[in-house]
Amino acid sequence: MEWPELGPLWLTVRLAAVTTGILLVLGTPLAWWLAHTRSRLKPVAEAITALPLVLPPTVLGFYLLVFLSPEAPLGAAWRDVTGAALTFSFAGLVVASVLYSLPFTVQPLQASFETIGRRPLEAAAALGAGPLDRFLTVASPLALRGYLTALVLSFAHTVGEFGVVLMVGGNIPGRTKVISIAIYEHVETLDYAQAHALSAVLLAFSFAVLVGVYAVNRRFPVHVG
Amino acid sequence: MSTLSLDITLERPDFALSVTHAFPAAGLTAVFGPSGSGKTTLLRVIAGFEPGARGTVRFDGALWQGPGRFVPPHRRGVGYVFQEPRLFPHLSVSGNLAYAERRARRAGRRPDRARVEDGLDLGPLRDRRPAQLSGGEAQRVAMARALLTDPKLMLMDEPLSALDAARKDAILPYIEAIRDRLGVPILFVSHSVPEVARLADTVVLLKAGQVAGQGSAEEVLSDPALAPSFGVREVGSILTARVTVQHDDGLTEMALPDGQTLFLPRVAAAPGQPIRARIAAHDVILSRDRPEGLSALNVLRGTIAELRRGPGPGVIVRLRVGDADLLARVTRRSADALGLREGLACHAVAKTVSVAAADIGLGTASLSP
Repeated sequence: MEWPELGPLWLTVRLAAVTTGILLVLGTPLAWWLAHTRSRLKPVAEAITALPLVLPPTVLGFYLLVFLSPEAPLGAAWRDVTGAALTFSFAGLVVASVLYSLPFTVQPLQASFETIGRRPLEAAAALGAGPLDRFLTVASPLALRGYLTALVLSFAHTVGEFGVVLMVGGNIPGRTKVISIAIYEHVETLDYAQAHALSAVLLAFSFAVLVGVYAVNRRFPVHVG
Repeated sequence: MSTLSLDITLERPDFALSVTHAFPAAGLTAVFGPSGSGKTTLLRVIAGFEPGARGTVRFDGALWQGPGRFVPPHRRGVGYVFQEPRLFPHLSVSGNLAYAERRARRAGRRPDRARVEDGLDLGPLRDRRPAQLSGGEAQRVAMARALLTDPKLMLMDEPLSALDAARKDAILPYIEAIRDRLGVPILFVSHSVPEVARLADTVVLLKAGQVAGQGSAEEVLSDPALAPSFGVREVGSILTARVTVQHDDGLTEMALPDGQTLFLPRVAAAPGQPIRARIAAHDVILSRDRPEGLSALNVLRGTIAELRRGPGPGVIVRLRVGDADLLARVTRRSADALGLREGLACHAVAKTVSVAAADIGLGTASLSP
């Protein structure tokens, strides 16, 4: 087997790590709100969050391409601030991935927060814990499994992304050429040796991550309820 | 004496709570009423868990809720014991206790960890996980955790309702200890007459979301007019007496305030100590003449103060024994045959063994002269 060209792999890991980090920060308040709100807007918010699950990646990619392009207000504003276009850039890929993987963060977190319910939080409030204190010392530890699931699913889903990346980022080595695009390109050019090598790396990596997660999950079970 | 004044309404689709009342914030006040009367909701309003409630809540001069003001639950300084223990499953028993203690200290209060742990016998449980505790143990830890906030007011929402009778009996003395030794005012929600009779200094009766009456436990529980709220089988009266002699045959002899003698199954108390015993109305027999040749040890002289006929075959008779009320439930037929009427002198017979251990509690300071 030929030694694979690792550039796309690092780019992919970087993209998945940055995306997952942003998603955990953005997804936590959104999932918390969805778990506790009685607002009539809840079904609408839930539907929007779940859209990337049912939408073909090319559709999502197409709209992102339209909205992120320097001709659209959002893309123009980004270019004015940073001096570079969002489309066909790493930053553009991050924006696209965050949207694309949103449900994989929000849904497990929302389910965890709903399972915990109000009861332990009320108990903590009666013990003098303020809202942030309650979240950090009661809700977060009890939602640990949810966080683990959200983290792994978001990361893995971003690693496996193809259609959206192709639409928004194209295929620029070192910038937007992630591993799935690289594999596709190798297959297109009939370079099966490189395709094999990259695919094997991705397979081994994904398997190792999942085994690690399940092992941790088994060793430190968090009982909720 | 500090008070807790409420003037609040809370509308729900199927229920409305409307309470304007000043609760005594001393000793143990039982909020008593049937299921669905709003007891739990009332407690949640006081704790600040029902932001939808409108009106004012004032405790000890501080406005907890009022026009343009809502003090959140974590700043009210109340201890809350829920129906289920609600211990944090990711922390040990010790961790649960420390959670409360640390936040109380940060707020400038002074919980006494050693005293609370001793008082509730938590030593052997300290390193366990909540999942390894029995229901009674978990509820004891929950009470300790609430006490470690060094609360100004304890709210207890039927903390015994999930426990079986034996566990209940085991935990009642701890609640008596909190009431008598720690000096925290307690609001205690219950729908169990024996619990209220044993623990409460004051009883607030709640009916369909409104306060229907307040009085000392003796008055409220011995009021035949209120009997339907308890259910006729739960009707009974509370007698307060002082221990005089502990006999070798397992009996405790006591003196009622008017000097008459009462025998109860062994009560663990020193001579001179006040004891309160609940005597169920259906365990009392009435006789016009002093009965002779009976196995029952307790024969008390009294005067009939009130006869109350209900829709059924029974009559509730309120007998004045010294300054206390003793209730008897007899059939209408017997009442007619004996010619019972108000003002008639009469004897009441109560079997010693019909008074269960759960019906006997230690008297509080407020009851002793």
